[in-house]
Amino acid sequence: MSTTATANPAAGRSTRSPGGRGPRRRALLGKNPIGLLLSAPYLVFVIVVFAYPLVFAVYMAFHDYFFAAPGAQVDRPFVGLANFQEVLSDPAVIRSFGNVGVFLLINVPLTVVLSLVLATALNKAVHGRTFLRVAYYVPYVTASVAVVGVWLFLFSGSGLVNQLLGPLAPDPSWLISPTWAMPTIALFVTWKQLGFYILLYLAALQSVSKELYEAASTDGAGAVRSFFSVTIPGVRPATVLVLLLSTVTGANLFTEPYLLTGGGGPNGASTSPVLLMYQKGIEQGHPGTASAIGIVLVIGVLIIAFLQRKFAGGDES
Amino acid sequence: MHSKGLTRRILAVTAASATVVLALGACASGGTSGDASTARGPITIWYSNNSSEIEWGKQMVTAWNADHPDEKVKAQEIPAGKSSEEVIGAAITAGNAPCLIYNTAPVAVPQFQKQGGLVDLSSFKDGASYIEDRSGENAAQYKSDDGKFYQMPWKSNPVMIFYNKDMFTKAGLDAENPSLATYDEFLATARTLVSSGAAKNAIFPSPTSEFYQSWFDFYPLYAAESGGKQLVKDGKATFDDATGVKVAEFWKTLYTEGLASKEKYQSDSFADGVAAMSIVGPWAVPVYKDKVNWGAVPVPTSAGTAADKTYTFSDAKNVAMYSSCKNQATAWDVLKFSTSKAQDGQLLDLTGQMPIRADLPTAYPEYFKANPAYLQFGDQAARTVEVPNVSNSVEVWQDFRDAYSKSVIFGEGDVKKSLAGAAEKINQLVATK
Repeated sequence: MSTTATANPAAGRSTRSPGGRGPRRRALLGKNPIGLLLSAPYLVFVIVVFAYPLVFAVYMAFHDYFFAAPGAQVDRPFVGLANFQEVLSDPAVIRSFGNVGVFLLINVPLTVVLSLVLATALNKAVHGRTFLRVAYYVPYVTASVAVVGVWLFLFSGSGLVNQLLGPLAPDPSWLISPTWAMPTIALFVTWKQLGFYILLYLAALQSVSKELYEAASTDGAGAVRSFFSVTIPGVRPATVLVLLLSTVTGANLFTEPYLLTGGGGPNGASTSPVLLMYQKGIEQGHPGTASAIGIVLVIGVLIIAFLQRKFAGGDES
Repeated sequence: MHSKGLTRRILAVTAASATVVLALGACASGGTSGDASTARGPITIWYSNNSSEIEWGKQMVTAWNADHPDEKVKAQEIPAGKSSEEVIGAAITAGNAPCLIYNTAPVAVPQFQKQGGLVDLSSFKDGASYIEDRSGENAAQYKSDDGKFYQMPWKSNPVMIFYNKDMFTKAGLDAENPSLATYDEFLATARTLVSSGAAKNAIFPSPTSEFYQSWFDFYPLYAAESGGKQLVKDGKATFDDATGVKVAEFWKTLYTEGLASKEKYQSDSFADGVAAMSIVGPWAVPVYKDKVNWGAVPVPTSAGTAADKTYTFSDAKNVAMYSSCKNQATAWDVLKFSTSKAQDGQLLDLTGQMPIRADLPTAYPEYFKANPAYLQFGDQAARTVEVPNVSNSVEVWQDFRDAYSKSVIFGEGDVKKSLAGAAEKINQLVATK
């Protein structure tokens, strides 16, 4: 945000002189009222789709709320922090946050490393570049519902992966093992989302000056040294974006435990907070409790995002 | 740019936008008029999206509309969603639910009722008497805890053990009189099926964690073992006893010995020949007709209860009237018309599902004579157990499923303690309004 916005307070005061309607209108609507008109549709969109639901979720989290028919006489008392106390003392909720923590610890670093390495390789590929780009992107645009079947086939007890592993195959198998269920989901999501993040890095790589590589080469840097000294610093803004996006989408994990492990199994080992929100808010009719989980999740993601920006963002501010 | 000016402008646009949002919200709100219960006129109904029920729905609507030009029924399939209950819940909240939905799950009725989304059918002059006359003793299971009917018991799919005769023969078992009546017989048969290589799994109920999955493994066997007890009776969980433990231990043995799979199967394991047995209702008869050479027997009990005394889970779908309906008098008449003897006969004929009628076996003798495969389901329909009509019913089943999944399917911890823990939670949930 620019710090020059308030650099000339006198000018600001002059536009707010009492009396005339023109200056007052200008103070309210600015020099270019038409600009407000043009930005209004997006603002309405943000308010309706993001801001209003978020504020409403906070309201629900502090009430014994449930969805009712229009005109129905229902009591939705204010309950203070009771919903938060309930969810934070529920072992299933705590476990779901632990599960998504495991997911993020595997998914986010793997996404950043793989997408950067593959994008760099793709950027240098001479033959089959378009084919490879499409190949990486296809899983991203394919619905989870469709590809989950393939993964169930691959990772079932008698699936292809276990047949290849032979005696090394885990027992119980991947998706019904309390240890392996979440890492398998993390691997699935990483694979599925990779194409999108590769595209982000490919775009960022185009803006890294070739002269920097030439200079590095002149100074005797090999391919690996160039990658660490030129490519990684050069795509830092993209890395911050990939970190943030993969964290936010990862924290919202729902479809995969819903479909791949049949509702967060085994024994809740792959239950995510959003899956619990769906169960409690939609299936069981306790949107207040579900909202409390959602608010805790939002706060958690904001803290992680802040830390990521602080430590990985460098001078990007 | 001046930050205060910018802030003020953003606030101005935000306030204007918020006004628009609130205005839109106000437009969406509404209410039912006080005289809706006596009003007549056109109504809308939803029915299930499976082809046979669509066929039944269309002919029913055509028959009604032919005689009622001023009270026409407009029908459509229930909109797609993760589940019908989710779609209906959203429609109630939005105030745009249709008058009647011919796909209302009994487990969702307490929640819809709490939402203020359902019309009390007992409030119609002949409401309670019509339901009780049609469904007999079974009707009592569908009463809400205030003693009123918020759902019309419509059709059941009493679940039984379907078995693959070819697999039984391959395993050297008697396919016409399978030994499946007692737990010991069932386990011995299951062991033979798997050890002989005739079947990869003896039986394959879905081992996943969704709240409704226990209706197709534990609950039918519990209904049979207990002689017709519901999961909750008089506000208390019933399964925390020797009967419940016996049923759970039976299933645990199947999982421990690898006779039932702990893994999710994407398709229909019975139709695909991955399992030799399945727990399903008569809806499956046309589905398996050309795929499996099947037979059906009642669910087992520890002592081998006689078929004509064995209870099972009903897997019923009912009809409810929704409070957003403006012409409720017409809706009630349509509800009675669509559950008349003639229309129930059409339902039986077109879908093979059992109308919840006290006189079912005697009302349609020609149908059962022409379709002997359905005879045992018609007989079984008289002895069905419904999910309990209690507060927080979905959460009740989820808590049960979680405990069952942990101790029975995945074998962690003691079954008895696990059921006791679930019962304690469920007792609290049922007591919370």
